[in-house]
Amino acid sequence: MNTGSAFSVDSTKNTLGNSGAPEPPGRDLVVHDGARTTLSVPEGREAKMSTENLRVHFGKTRVLHGVNLVIAKSAVTAIIGPSGCGKSTYLRCLNRMHEITPGAKVEGRILLDEEDIHGSLIDPVLVRRRVGMVFQKPNPFPTMTIRENVLAGLRLNGLKASESEGIVERRLRQVALWEEVKDRLDRSGASLSGGQQQRLCIARALALEPEVVLMDEPCSALDPIATAHVEELIHELRQHYTIVIVTHNMQQAARVADYTAFFYMGLLVEFDRTDVIFTQPKESRTEDYITGRFG
Amino acid sequence: MNSFSYRRMKDILTRSACVIAVVIAVVPLGLVLSYVTLQGISGLNWRFFTELPKPVGEAGGGMANAIFGTLEIVGLASMIGVPVGILAGIYLSEYGNTRLGRMVRFAADVMSGVPSITVGLFVYGTVVLRTRQFSAWAGAIALAVLMLPTVTRTSEELLKLVPDTLREAALGLGVPRWRSTLKVVLRTAAPGIATGVMLAVARVAGETAPLLFTAFGNRFWASGINQPTASLPVQIYTYAVSPYDEWHKQAWTAALVLVMLVLVLNGAARWTLRQRVRSS
Repeated sequence: MNTGSAFSVDSTKNTLGNSGAPEPPGRDLVVHDGARTTLSVPEGREAKMSTENLRVHFGKTRVLHGVNLVIAKSAVTAIIGPSGCGKSTYLRCLNRMHEITPGAKVEGRILLDEEDIHGSLIDPVLVRRRVGMVFQKPNPFPTMTIRENVLAGLRLNGLKASESEGIVERRLRQVALWEEVKDRLDRSGASLSGGQQQRLCIARALALEPEVVLMDEPCSALDPIATAHVEELIHELRQHYTIVIVTHNMQQAARVADYTAFFYMGLLVEFDRTDVIFTQPKESRTEDYITGRFG
Repeated sequence: MNSFSYRRMKDILTRSACVIAVVIAVVPLGLVLSYVTLQGISGLNWRFFTELPKPVGEAGGGMANAIFGTLEIVGLASMIGVPVGILAGIYLSEYGNTRLGRMVRFAADVMSGVPSITVGLFVYGTVVLRTRQFSAWAGAIALAVLMLPTVTRTSEELLKLVPDTLREAALGLGVPRWRSTLKVVLRTAAPGIATGVMLAVARVAGETAPLLFTAFGNRFWASGINQPTASLPVQIYTYAVSPYDEWHKQAWTAALVLVMLVLVLNGAARWTLRQRVRSS
């Protein structure tokens, strides 16, 4: 990267949509050279989450160099970028999953509904109940049945799953899995195909009624048909959930996301509406990446 | 010689070496089992399981007290050794990447190499001399110490085999770490750990040396776990070194019973494991 000349983002651009809460005037957001960063959500949408100058180290290695990004409510935000650009790390910060990696250190602010999730009184466990996660590899609990997998989040948290049958059916219908598995709810979750397992994992995450769902390359282990199922599902879910999806697949970002953020070498290079990013990117690095010149 | 026939020759050689190795490994097992059965089967009858040993010169009698004693001592030992071992295994696998963890791991490895008679002496010095009493308790403690390193290290290894993606899945659902460890990680590894535990139990069931001066032995029923208690291995030893033919025969039968006990334990472990796999 170039010399880290810092500049402050024009605070008038930092409209956080309808949620009000104007940025305190004069607050400097230190951003490295070249990172065109806006803290605004286009079209005046409401912000669900935002990060301010998010920096992450793993030991001595710096992975994110100050990311400012606003995630719009009830919309799909895709994060794209080449391997090692920090997009998965960014995603894992959003529900404090990075903390289970030894040596991880986070600076900057991560806001969920205007509240810093790193606040001293905030329990990471409760953050993760509000901000659910779907992982790259489908990971249903192999010792549990399909039914138990859907209820796992509730049961493991000691929450009473009243009318559990209703929850199981509703969540499995929500992920379009019900018709395929309704006759074998007592079989192991591991008996399903990869695509079904991933949808089961999404149902499991949804059963906790999270507000935000983070998806870390949810289709990279799936075949095209299963991928289409999951993408369709993402499309449906965005009415009720805020979704952040990390993907290697640019077509996928173009298909499912309302907004797209391009990360490169630990920086947010560009963030805009998906159609803008893919048709008229402002940054040459974005253009190079989406046209396949690198990465 | 062209390269194909050369490779084929290498293949045949390697394969025969493997077969020979398997035969060498299996033949002693078969010989031991068949010899013990041959020698012991004639003395096997209902009274052997229900009656106390008879005095020298009287025919008949059984080893009910020793059979029960072995079950009692091994049961008590498992009650001490298994929970501690599994908890230590959880610590090593989930939190063990520290100095203390490395020390515990090293200690467990060293302990698994300590001769069993040394463990017997240690318990003799610390428990028997202090309580002034040979007892089932003392024997159980000695066996628990013996099984501890095995249970600890097997648990650790099996817990480490649980993929991290499952831990992440549980944590990602907002499950606290302790609960994820108990309800997801431990549960996933449970069948393997159960097998490991059964093998450790089966191994200590046949230990003689640590029981010689802890549980000691008893010709009659022990009136409690604070009394000297008979056990099959010690009884076998005592009878085998005696000069009486009648006792030698009894020793063979006792050996057969002990082998069967261990086999039943192993079989039960494998059977429950298979049931679980099938039901899932």
